[in-house]
Amino acid sequence: MATVSEASAAGAAVSRRRTTHPVLRRLRSRPLVIVAMAMLVLFIILALAAPIIAPHDPNALISGAVMRRPSWTYPFGTDELGRDVFSRVIHGARISLQIGIITISIALVLGTLVGLTAGFYGGLVDSALMAVMEILLAFPQILLAMAILAMLGPSLRNAMIAVGLSAVPVYARTARGTTLSVRAMDYVESARAVGSGDVRILLRHVLPNMISPVVVLGTAGVGIAILIAAGLSYLGLGAQPPTPEWGAMLSESRAYLRNAWWMATFPGLAITVVVVSLNLCGDWLRDLLDPRLRK
Amino acid sequence: MKAFLVRRLLLLVPTVLGVTLATFLMLHLTPGDPVTIMLGEFASASEVARLRSELGLDRPLPVQYVRFLGRALRGDLGSSIRSRRPVAEEIAERLPPTMQLALAAEILAVAVGIPAGVAAATARKPAVDSGVVAVTLIGLSMPTFWSGLLLILLFSLTLGWLPITESVGVRALILPAVTLAAPAAAVLARVTRASVLEVLRQDYVRTARAKGVAETIVVYRHAVRNALIPVLTVAALQFAGLVAGAVIVESVFARPGLGRLAVTAILSRDFPLAQGIVLVVASMYVFVNVGVDVVYGLLDPRIRYR
Repeated sequence: MATVSEASAAGAAVSRRRTTHPVLRRLRSRPLVIVAMAMLVLFIILALAAPIIAPHDPNALISGAVMRRPSWTYPFGTDELGRDVFSRVIHGARISLQIGIITISIALVLGTLVGLTAGFYGGLVDSALMAVMEILLAFPQILLAMAILAMLGPSLRNAMIAVGLSAVPVYARTARGTTLSVRAMDYVESARAVGSGDVRILLRHVLPNMISPVVVLGTAGVGIAILIAAGLSYLGLGAQPPTPEWGAMLSESRAYLRNAWWMATFPGLAITVVVVSLNLCGDWLRDLLDPRLRK
Repeated sequence: MKAFLVRRLLLLVPTVLGVTLATFLMLHLTPGDPVTIMLGEFASASEVARLRSELGLDRPLPVQYVRFLGRALRGDLGSSIRSRRPVAEEIAERLPPTMQLALAAEILAVAVGIPAGVAAATARKPAVDSGVVAVTLIGLSMPTFWSGLLLILLFSLTLGWLPITESVGVRALILPAVTLAAPAAAVLARVTRASVLEVLRQDYVRTARAKGVAETIVVYRHAVRNALIPVLTVAALQFAGLVAGAVIVESVFARPGLGRLAVTAILSRDFPLAQGIVLVVASMYVFVNVGVDVVYGLLDPRIRYR
C-alpha cells in the first residue's frame, strides 16, 4: 500500500524535476514550513517598521484608558498604566529580532573561531580550547547565562551577551568537528602544496566548506536564544521596564492576571508564534542538509 | 566492570576541577572591581579592605583557588554579602523545594513523553504521528513563563480548582510541575519517536516479523525495549536541566527555591551566593552525567569494553 503511493509520488517528482529547483520542490511537501516562513517575514517587517505600524508610542500613557479590554481601538487592550499593548507587542518584535541577531552572531562568530582554530591546528591548541569548551558544556545553558549575567550585572545588553556566550561551546564543538573532516580533504593539501599560508587556507578553503552545519545549528538556535533571553527579562535580569520586551511585559502582567488576561496573553502568543516558526524552519533546514534523509 | 567504574570516576576529577575553576574565576573575570560592585560606590575604604581580605582577594590567584577548592570540598561556600549567612546554609534551605519541583516534573515528563513518542512511532494512522509531532513542537516553543501564566489564568482564576500562591503541599505542586515538565516531555517524545523508528528498521525486527511474532509483541518486546536505552539517558540528563529551568517556573508561581535565590543573588550582586548556587547546580549536572554513564555501562556491556 505504502509502496504504491511512494512510487506515484516519486513519479510525480520525476516529471516535475526539470521545472523546479529541488529545494523548492521539497518545500512544497511541507506547507507548514511555508506558513512558518511567512510568519517570520511578517515578524521581520513588524520589527523593522514598528514605529510606522504601531498605532501608539509603546511608552505613551493614554489618559483615561487604563486596563481596557481588547477592542477595535485597542486590539490587544491597554495595560495598568494605559499603554497600548498592541503597540508594545509590535515594538517588542524589534527587540526580539535584535536579541536573535546579536546573540546568534556572538555564538556563531566566537564558536566558529574557536572550533576552526582547534580543528585546524590540532595538538595542544585543540586540547586546551576544547577542554575549556567541555567544562562550559558541564553547565546547563540557562545557568551559564545567569552566571555570566551575575558577572556583568543585569541589563538587556548584558543578557544578550550572556545568552550569546553561553551558546559558544555548542557551536565550537560542531565547528571543530566539521573542520576536522574538511582539513583532511585533498584540496586543502593541494593548497598547501602550492604554497598557500595558514590564513589563506583557513579563509579560502576550510571556512567556506565547514560553515554550513554551523549555520544550520544557528538557525535552530535563534529560537532557543530568544526564549532564554526573554526568560531572563521575565526574571528581571534582562530588559528593564518600561522597555516593551515580551518577557518583561509578561513579568509585569503577572500582578494584573486577575483583572487583565490580555496583558498576559498577547506578548506570550507573540513569542510562541515566532519560536514555533523558527523551530519549524530550523527542523526543515536540518532535514534538508542531512544526507541520510535526502533520497 | 571494576576497570570501567574506576576509569569513569577518574574522568570525573578533571571535570569537577574545571567546574570549580570556572566558578572561582567568575569573581575574577568580572569587569571592574567585584568588591566595589558588591558594596556599592559609597562604601568606606576600611569596609572595602575588610571584604577584600575576607574573600582572600589580596592573595595570589593560585593560592586563592586552592583555598576556594579546599573550602568547597568541606562544604564551606563562604558567606552571603546580603544576609551575612553561610551560603551553604542558604542553599540547603532552598534546595528541597526545587528538587521536589524538578523531580515531580521529571516523573511527569517521563510518564507523558515516552508513551507519546511510542504512540507516534507505532501509530497506524499518520494523523496520530503528526498530531504528536505538532504538540511537541508547541511544547518546545512555548516559554514556561507564558504557559505557567496561562495555567494560572485557567485553573486558578477562571475555574478556581487550584491555589495560586500557596507554596506547600501537593496541590501547590501540580501547576508548576506541569509547566516545567512540558518542554522536557516534548523533547522525550521526540527522542523516543526517533529511537523507536530507528529500531523498527533493524534486521532483528524484520526477523521477528518474518517468523510470525504478533505485531504488538514485536513492537513492545523487541522494538520499544531496545529503543528506550538512549531515551532513558536523555531523561536522566534532563534532570539537571529541569533544576536550572525551575528558576523561571519558581518565579512564575512565586515558589521559594534555589532559582529565586539565584535571581536575588544576581540582582543584589551577591557574588559568593551566586557562585555557590552555580557550583552546586553544575556539580549536580556533572554527577548525574557520570551516574548515567555508569548505569548505562551496567545495562549495556558493549559500552564497558570500549
